[in-house]
Amino acid sequence: MQQQTSMERVNGVSEYDVGDFYDEMFAHDASPRDNCNLLYKRVIGLTTLDLHRRKMAAERSMVRLGITFNVYGDEEGTERIIPFDILPRIIDADEWKWVTDGLKQRIVALNMFIDDVYGDQKILKDKAIPEHVVRSASSFRPQCVGLKPPKGVWCHITGTDLVRDQDGKFYVLEDNLRCPSGVSYVLQNRQLMKQAFPDLFESLSVRPVDDYCGQLLDALNYLAEDRAETPTVGVLTPGVYNSAYFEHSFLAQQMGVDLVEGRDLVVQDKKVYMRTTKGLSKIDVLYRRIDDDFIDPRVFREDSLLGVPGLIEAYQAGNIALANAPGTGIADDKVIYAYVPQIIKYYLGEDPILPNVPTYVCWDDKQRDHVLNNLHNFVVKPANESGGYGMLIGPRSTREEQAKFADLIKANPRNYIAQPTLSLSRAPVIIEDRLEGRHVDLRPFIIYGRDVFVLPGGLTRVALKKGSLVVNSSQGGGSKDTWVVEELP
Amino acid sequence: MLSRVAESIYWMSRYVERAENVARFIAVNLNLSMDLASEGHQQWLPLVTTTGDDKLFYELYDAPTKRNVLEFLTFDRNNPNSILSALINARENARSIREVISAEMWEHLNNFYLMVKDVGRAGGVSEEQLVFYEQIRASGQHFIGITDATMTHGEGWHFGQCGRFMERADKTSRILDVKYYILLPSPQHVGTPFDELQWSALLRSASAFEMYRQRYGRINPANIVNFLVLDKEFPRAILHCLSRANDSLHAITGSDPEGFSNLPEQRLGQLRASLAFTSAEDIVNRGMHEFVDDMQRRVNAVGGALSNTFFTRHAEAA
Repeated sequence: MQQQTSMERVNGVSEYDVGDFYDEMFAHDASPRDNCNLLYKRVIGLTTLDLHRRKMAAERSMVRLGITFNVYGDEEGTERIIPFDILPRIIDADEWKWVTDGLKQRIVALNMFIDDVYGDQKILKDKAIPEHVVRSASSFRPQCVGLKPPKGVWCHITGTDLVRDQDGKFYVLEDNLRCPSGVSYVLQNRQLMKQAFPDLFESLSVRPVDDYCGQLLDALNYLAEDRAETPTVGVLTPGVYNSAYFEHSFLAQQMGVDLVEGRDLVVQDKKVYMRTTKGLSKIDVLYRRIDDDFIDPRVFREDSLLGVPGLIEAYQAGNIALANAPGTGIADDKVIYAYVPQIIKYYLGEDPILPNVPTYVCWDDKQRDHVLNNLHNFVVKPANESGGYGMLIGPRSTREEQAKFADLIKANPRNYIAQPTLSLSRAPVIIEDRLEGRHVDLRPFIIYGRDVFVLPGGLTRVALKKGSLVVNSSQGGGSKDTWVVEELP
Repeated sequence: MLSRVAESIYWMSRYVERAENVARFIAVNLNLSMDLASEGHQQWLPLVTTTGDDKLFYELYDAPTKRNVLEFLTFDRNNPNSILSALINARENARSIREVISAEMWEHLNNFYLMVKDVGRAGGVSEEQLVFYEQIRASGQHFIGITDATMTHGEGWHFGQCGRFMERADKTSRILDVKYYILLPSPQHVGTPFDELQWSALLRSASAFEMYRQRYGRINPANIVNFLVLDKEFPRAILHCLSRANDSLHAITGSDPEGFSNLPEQRLGQLRASLAFTSAEDIVNRGMHEFVDDMQRRVNAVGGALSNTFFTRHAEAA
């Protein structure tokens, strides 16, 4: 047996600096939180070398298994893995119950909102939110007015981003109601964790995530149950060069359904068919992972080669179900986001369980002035971007950047919101031979089918660069497995 | 099955088979060159000729030295038939149909590709070159085994079989063609150990040496032609390959194995019949090269018909 010196051990955790943040694992006195005790004891017994080795083994598995995402504009080796940290993030079941309730409430209200906006527009007539805010949203699809999606559900799959502030309280940062990515990493990360820490799973009761794909398939089948005894379901992908291709392929594989591209589909007599070796074969439900703009060149962008001409007409005729329905993007416009508390109140008569991050909308003169005068304190986001692009992070910005954003805001106030910079919570991450705190967020996944299902946990994204607040994988962020722990050991 | 998916399975199998074949030629030649070193008979150009890419080779390299040929055939991305190019293509096809193939198939193919790519990045093959090419051959064969053992033997699998056996029939014919030309013009060697060595190498290029010995014992050119072209049971013999492709084709369409229901079945049936009723003597008398040339043309025609029948996305919406 090799003698281990204390230097090699992770119990150099005493050097771990919680800092002035909420830490997901340690309290301010650097003692582990109750639900992290067992993990802490287990990890403390390992050398840093051992931890590092397990981390490398997990990342090697990812390369071997091709668990990758595509990087746009990167020439050599366009596939990368999302760096994976093997220390799980633990959330206890009571807290998770509350998060789940909050997410369900939010999704139900947002669906009612979308249905109303493309239907009677009562909420606009009642002036519960300003009409011009909806009309001016670039994600508003006039083509969808009057559409009646099957079972009245528009948004079947949601990935809502949550963050914790300094006080440890969860806030909704944004809702992703179009084609949210990341669930495949949740499922794969869990597999890797079982290899890395098999004994921990035996001693902690971690809520399983394996039934996500089964739930998704049920929800998709449900959409066509009136039209077909055994519906034919497909996942519609833009193709192998899309950054989330791995996920599209993974979900199709796990559900056992066809992964189709636009060129595999053809519309005849307002019905959608796949081109097969035996001729055309009808398809009933598409989980589409192509944005509205590209999905049907006859209705949206004419130059799109990814989509299926005539798809929307088939949809309007009720011959194909689309998840998510076209037009759902209206509810993740960041200005609309600012009104979600009012939306919940309007449709459900309830107070929101999960709070929004305080948000200023720049089309409002007063709020805009306040933002312009305090740009250095705000995070400014365009209403309709994702992936962390086009943002200003006030406290980290130069005067030139602030001036540039001031101009952008003045030129197009409707397109910008501002939020105070949150002090995002941190979680310990293995950095070479020690643990360091890194900022994290959380993306739980919600499926709206017959009922609303919330996957226990979700994707914890990690800003790997020291001090950085940007967790997006396209910008070098990593991920962690998220464990909802059933009961205290 | 989606036409695009069927096409990808077909090409994935073809490319893996291609990579394996190229590796096998190289391994055999490396071995041979050690035996022939004393005679000063090292030959590397025939390997390029085997893959049919002489023209491209001379555009990219000035002389068929061992080093150039190995680079061209193994790692050169400018050569669409290099081992690395074939594996990239095989992997891209596999990646686009991961939901259809087994996880083991994908994982193996991905690793296979990474292994070759890494050796290429590390500066190519050096001292352990034989081991490297043996590894590639073995990986190709593992892929076939994994596919056989983990993928449902349904329509997709049959398309894979078609791709693999069409490619293999083509490659066996090329081995015969090239080696025949090298071997024929050296009558002074007939019956010498040198002659025997080269014929053995030809058999080894088709992984056929031991099986040939069991069947015929002594090395004899007519028997070798018989074995590699007309044998019904040897899995790399051309007739056997075409029969297996034919079986799969009929399994896909469900048509009568003795008849045909579409153009690829018709063409393949005709080609098989003409082979089944010929003999090694006929082939040698007619001229080996002419025979092989005709053979490759007809194999290609079957491939073309297959593609038009199953992969081309017809039936446009009005």
